[in-house]
Amino acid sequence: MTAARFSPVQRLLHWLMAACILAMLFIGVGMVSTISPRYLALVSIHKPLGIAILLLALLRLGLRLRRGAPPLPAGLPAAMKLAAHLSHVALYGLMIAMPLLGWAMLSAEGYPIVLWQGLRLPPILPQDIGAYALLRQAHGLLGYAFFAVILAHLGAALFHALVRRDGVFAAMAPVAGRAEE
Amino acid sequence: MEQPSRPSRRPLGSLVLIAAVLGGSAAAFAYTGGWLSPERLSRERVVASLGPPGGPAPGHRRNHTKGICFTGSFEANGAGAALSRAPMLAAGSYPVIGRFNLASSVLAQPDGAARVRGLSLSITGPDGSEWRTGMLSAPVFPVSGVDAFYALQMAVRSKEPGAMQAFAAAHPEIAGFGGWAGSAPWTGSYAEESYNALNAFIFTDAEGRGHAVRWSVRPEAVPVPVPKEQIAAKPPDFLGDEIKARLAARPVRWRMTVTEAGPGDPVADPSKAWPEGRRTLEVGTLTVQAIQEEADGPCRDINYDPTVLPPGMRPSADPFPAARSSAYALSYERRAAEAAAYPRTAPGGRP
Repeated sequence: MTAARFSPVQRLLHWLMAACILAMLFIGVGMVSTISPRYLALVSIHKPLGIAILLLALLRLGLRLRRGAPPLPAGLPAAMKLAAHLSHVALYGLMIAMPLLGWAMLSAEGYPIVLWQGLRLPPILPQDIGAYALLRQAHGLLGYAFFAVILAHLGAALFHALVRRDGVFAAMAPVAGRAEE
Repeated sequence: MEQPSRPSRRPLGSLVLIAAVLGGSAAAFAYTGGWLSPERLSRERVVASLGPPGGPAPGHRRNHTKGICFTGSFEANGAGAALSRAPMLAAGSYPVIGRFNLASSVLAQPDGAARVRGLSLSITGPDGSEWRTGMLSAPVFPVSGVDAFYALQMAVRSKEPGAMQAFAAAHPEIAGFGGWAGSAPWTGSYAEESYNALNAFIFTDAEGRGHAVRWSVRPEAVPVPVPKEQIAAKPPDFLGDEIKARLAARPVRWRMTVTEAGPGDPVADPSKAWPEGRRTLEVGTLTVQAIQEEADGPCRDINYDPTVLPPGMRPSADPFPAARSSAYALSYERRAAEAAAYPRTAPGGRP
């Protein structure tokens, strides 16, 4: 029988990554808007944090494939079930694609990918300004899409928690809610 | 599901709360992206301020637009290791991809009309780390801050009478640059110019001590002053033609020097020279060996971002390297998207 909640490791990863990804999206949109010295500070966080998110996302995908997820409530309308499924596919896809796009984009620019002093990542593509143009555009547009999907995810989570009260939010809540006590 | 669902009987309050959370998050995101504060000096505004009246040349850099590539080497004599543990300051020879350019956003700028000439370098260390720098033939930068740089672009392009006088009154630091521009001799060659990284950087030595520095390259060739009228009468591409002809005879060299700031020197202000007599080390020789037209040259797709630095070098309190990094990234993004408008001319012309 499948557990009613995600495992503690899955919940820990979820909330840790939520903080990382939200920080990442705000850093990303903030850094491309500024010309102040904050620019360099933001860029220097953006790169290592992106790689950290990639590693955590791969770990998390492995756990999800092995352990699965608690079933959605039987009474949930089919459309909401489909939306939940698709949004989770989108979230996993973006968590993995965004860091890879950033890495590939800097590779195609021929720009050194310095995570911090002395630690550089190797390029994953040869220098190619045409490829850079496409990757840069994809990285930016998917960043906005990522934020939109996260807002939808947040809205749905709150809807489950506050309106439907059907245990879906409790399955990922950091601590067990009253429903389980 | 293990527990039955107990739907809220009065969901309106919850729905309002959810809408507020989502709306607030979207607003915070928009604020961070600068969409709620259009008066903020964004890189879009700075890059737009550089554009020539007819708009930028598609596929080209947004500033220092006309240039020519070269390849060569940097032979470090090892003296720079006293200031920085950067691998390309240890004694040895390191490959260079560089670019001679004019400080103008006009692609068709006649070489004789550009008061300021530029030299950009990418020096690669044996560990693969890179030192990129964009230097100018001027000894000081016209302004001390990024806002003033934007205001200068606005004043230069303004049709209002007296715009430049008003700018100079508000930004008296421009007198240093203006004095140089008005009195320094013109030369007939890229090879006869000194080029200065006007921004200060922090070098870190092997013991971890920081040193605020600026660097320059000084020509081996003796500068021959040429009257401004003669320069203006030369063919539009004479600087490129001259350096090609000169290199056909022999390599062209510069000595690179690094000057350390003294206590209290204006590290954060590139419009101010440091006093004479500051500790200056000759750290090596830059040798230009071959010239390539930019369209097919190896410098073409390099973003000479001055914050691409090896271990042992980092930006200082000078605000310009960060601003340049941000603006150059946008310039690169734009010209990359327009790359079809600037085709290579030779088949297989990739570096």
